[in-house]
Amino acid sequence: MIDVENALIERGSFRLTATLSVPAGKICAIVGPSGSGKSTLLEAIAGFLPVTSGHIRVGGDQITARPPSERPVTLLFQSNNLFPHLDIERNVGLGLKPSLSLTPADKRAIADVLGEVGLADLATRRPAELSGGQRQRAALARALLRQQPALLLDEPLAALGPALRDEMLALIDASVLKRGIAVLMITHAPEEARSIAHLTALCMEGRINGARLTDQVFANPGPELAAYLGRG
Amino acid sequence: MTKTRFPPRVLIGGGIALVLLLALTLGALVVVGMQGAEAGALRPADWRALSFTLKQAFLSAALSVLLAIPLARALARRKFWGRDTLTSLLGAPFLLPVIVAILGVIAVWGRSGWVADAMGWAGLGRLNVYGMSGILIAHVFFNLPLAARLILQGLADLPPERWRVAAQLGIEGRALFRLVEWPAIRASAPGAFALVFLVCATSFAVALALGGGPRATTLELAIYEAASYDFDLGRAAKLAGLQFAVCAIAALIAFAASAPVTASPGALTLVERWDGRSLASRLGDAGVILTVCLFLGAPMLAILLRGVGGLDDLTGVVWAAAGRSLIVAALAIMVTLALSIGLAALIVALQTRGSQRAARLADLAGLLPIAASPFVIGIAFIIVLLPVADPFALALPLTAIVNAAMATPFALRILIPAIRLAQDEHGRLADSLGLTGLTRLRVLYWPRVRQPLGFAAGLSGALAIGDLGVIALFSTPSEPTLPLLMHLLAGSRQIDAAYGAALVLIALSFGVFWLFDRLGRAA
Repeated sequence: MIDVENALIERGSFRLTATLSVPAGKICAIVGPSGSGKSTLLEAIAGFLPVTSGHIRVGGDQITARPPSERPVTLLFQSNNLFPHLDIERNVGLGLKPSLSLTPADKRAIADVLGEVGLADLATRRPAELSGGQRQRAALARALLRQQPALLLDEPLAALGPALRDEMLALIDASVLKRGIAVLMITHAPEEARSIAHLTALCMEGRINGARLTDQVFANPGPELAAYLGRG
Repeated sequence: MTKTRFPPRVLIGGGIALVLLLALTLGALVVVGMQGAEAGALRPADWRALSFTLKQAFLSAALSVLLAIPLARALARRKFWGRDTLTSLLGAPFLLPVIVAILGVIAVWGRSGWVADAMGWAGLGRLNVYGMSGILIAHVFFNLPLAARLILQGLADLPPERWRVAAQLGIEGRALFRLVEWPAIRASAPGAFALVFLVCATSFAVALALGGGPRATTLELAIYEAASYDFDLGRAAKLAGLQFAVCAIAALIAFAASAPVTASPGALTLVERWDGRSLASRLGDAGVILTVCLFLGAPMLAILLRGVGGLDDLTGVVWAAAGRSLIVAALAIMVTLALSIGLAALIVALQTRGSQRAARLADLAGLLPIAASPFVIGIAFIIVLLPVADPFALALPLTAIVNAAMATPFALRILIPAIRLAQDEHGRLADSLGLTGLTRLRVLYWPRVRQPLGFAAGLSGALAIGDLGVIALFSTPSEPTLPLLMHLLAGSRQIDAAYGAALVLIALSFGVFWLFDRLGRAA
C-alpha cells in the first residue's frame, strides 16, 4: 500500500501538502487542474523531490529519505520510459538486472511478461519501431517484472487514442491489480477515473486531503471539483 | 504543400550574397590557379606540409574530444558554485585572438614559462614548446572547450526522464555510461571531432608562431610562404587545392554529423541527477574540472599578470594599430551581416517553398569558406586588383572582406534557425494577415532575429579584431593591425610590450563582442 501522511513538498516557491492512502490492489486517481501539484506528489514518492516534513510509506516501509533506486516503487512517465538503442527484451530486462547480464531464467520471465502485455512478437524490436501504445505497454511490462508494491502513473495514457487507452486501462486492471500492486494515477480525464479507479483524490492549489471512493466523489462533488468539471 | 510567393527581394539579395560567396571561395581558387598554372610544381616539402597538417589536425581533434568527454560528463552532472559561469566561459576561447592565446601558452609552457620552471626546479628536462607539442597544446587550448560544449549540449538535450528511469532502476556507473551517456556522446562527438579537425587543418597563426621550418609547417603556412616569400602563385594555388580537398572532406563529415552551432549562448541547463554520489566519482569529476580550469586558466592568468606589467611599454603605435583593428572589425561586421542575412533569408525561403535540394545546396555554399584558405582569397584580390589599384593601400578593407567571408558560415548557423523558427511558427499567420514588406520584417522577423543578429555581429567583430592571417599578406610592418603588431613585438624581443598589447587586444575583442551581443538583447 501507499501511505502519504502530512507530506510537505517544496519546489521553488511552490508548496504541496498531501495526505493520501491507497490499499494494496487498489487504484487511486488524482484529479485536478494542471499546476496544482499532481506530478509533484508522484516525484516525491519516487524520490525525485525531497520531502520537507511528513512521511511516505510504501508496503509499511518508511521510505521518506531513501534515494530513488532504493524505493519499492515504479514511476511511469508520459514518454521516454525506454532506452532508444536497446531492444524491448533488454529494456524490460533492466527491471530485473540493471547490468543486463540476463540468465535463461530471466529471459523466460521477460518473455512471459511480454506475452501478458501482448508484445510477445516484438521482443527484438527497438522502441522507435513500436507505436506509442506499445511503448507504454513495454514500460508497464518492466514495472510488472520489478514486482514493486507501488506503481505511479504520470498520465501514461495522455498521448494515446481512445481505443489504446481502454486497452491499457484493461491491462492495468487485469495484470497490475491482480498482483496486489497499489496504483496511483494522475489523470485529466474524469471518465478515466470513473472507469477504473476505486478511489479518487482531488488536487487543488497545492493540497491533497485524502482519497474517497470514486463513486462518492463524482456523485457528490464539492464546489472545487464541480468548478473544475464545469458543473457549477 | 502550397507554394508561397517568393519575395523578389529575397531572391535578388540572397542571389547576390550567394554569388559573392562563391566568387570569394571557388572563384579565388580558380583565379590563383590560372595565374600560376604553368609554374610551380609541388615540392617534397609541400607533401611534408600536407602530412604534417593531417597529423596535427587529427591529433588535435582526438586530444580535444578525448579530454572533452570527461569534462562534459562532469559538468553535466555536477552542481557547484560558478558552474554556469564556467560553461559560459567555455565559449570564450573561440573569441580569444589566436596570438593572445599563443603568448599565454608560451608564458606557461615555453622555455622560461611556469611549467618549464617547475620542471627545472624538480630536476626534469625542459619542454620544447616549438614544433608539434606546442601546436597541439595551443590547438587543444582553443578546441577542448568547443568540443566540451558540443558534447555537453548533446548530454543536456537528453530527455530528463531518461536519468530518472535510470535512477529508479538503479542503473549507475558503467551501466549508466553505456546506456545513457555513451549514446549521447557518440551522437555529438564525431561532429565535434570533424569541426576541430577542420579548424586545426586550416591553422595558420599557431603554426606561424609555434611551428615553422621543414618539420612543423601546415598547408596554410606553406601557402603563405609560397605566396609571400617565393611569390610562387602556382604552388600556392596547388597547395590551396590540397587544403580545400582535405577540408571539404572534413566539412562534409561535419555537415553529415550536422554539428550544431558553435559557441552558441544556448542554455545548458542542469537536469537533476542521482548518479555519481560516491566519493570516488565526486573526486574524479572535481579532478577533471580543476585540471581543465588550470589548463585553460593558467595561460589567461599569465597574460593578465605579464600584461599589466607591460602596459607601461605601450606607445602610440599600439593605439594606432588598435584603431586599424577596429576599422577592420566594423567593416567585417557589415559585410558578414550582409552576406549571411541575404543567404539565410534565401535558404529559409527555399525551405519554406519546399525546394529542399536547392536549400541544401545554398546551405552547403554557405559552408564553403570553412574549407577555403584566406590567403588564396587574399592573393586572388591582389591578382585582380593589381592592374587597376594598389591592393596594399586597401589592406584594411580587403582584410575585412576576407574575415567576413570566413565568419559567414558561423553567422549562418546562428541566423538560419532563428529565421526558420519565426517563419515556421508565425509565417502562415503573417501570410493570412497579409503582412508584407517592412511590416512583416518588423513584426515577424525582427523580434526573433535581433538577438542572434547581435550575437553573430559580435562574433564576426571579435574574430576580425583578432585576425592574424590574411593581414600578414597585405599589411606593411609600418602600418600593422594590433595582432600583427603583437606578433612583430614578440618576434623582436619586446615581449613586455607584446603582453601589454595583448591586454588591449583582449579588451577590444571581448568589448566588441559584448557590445553587439548586448545590443541584440536590449529591450
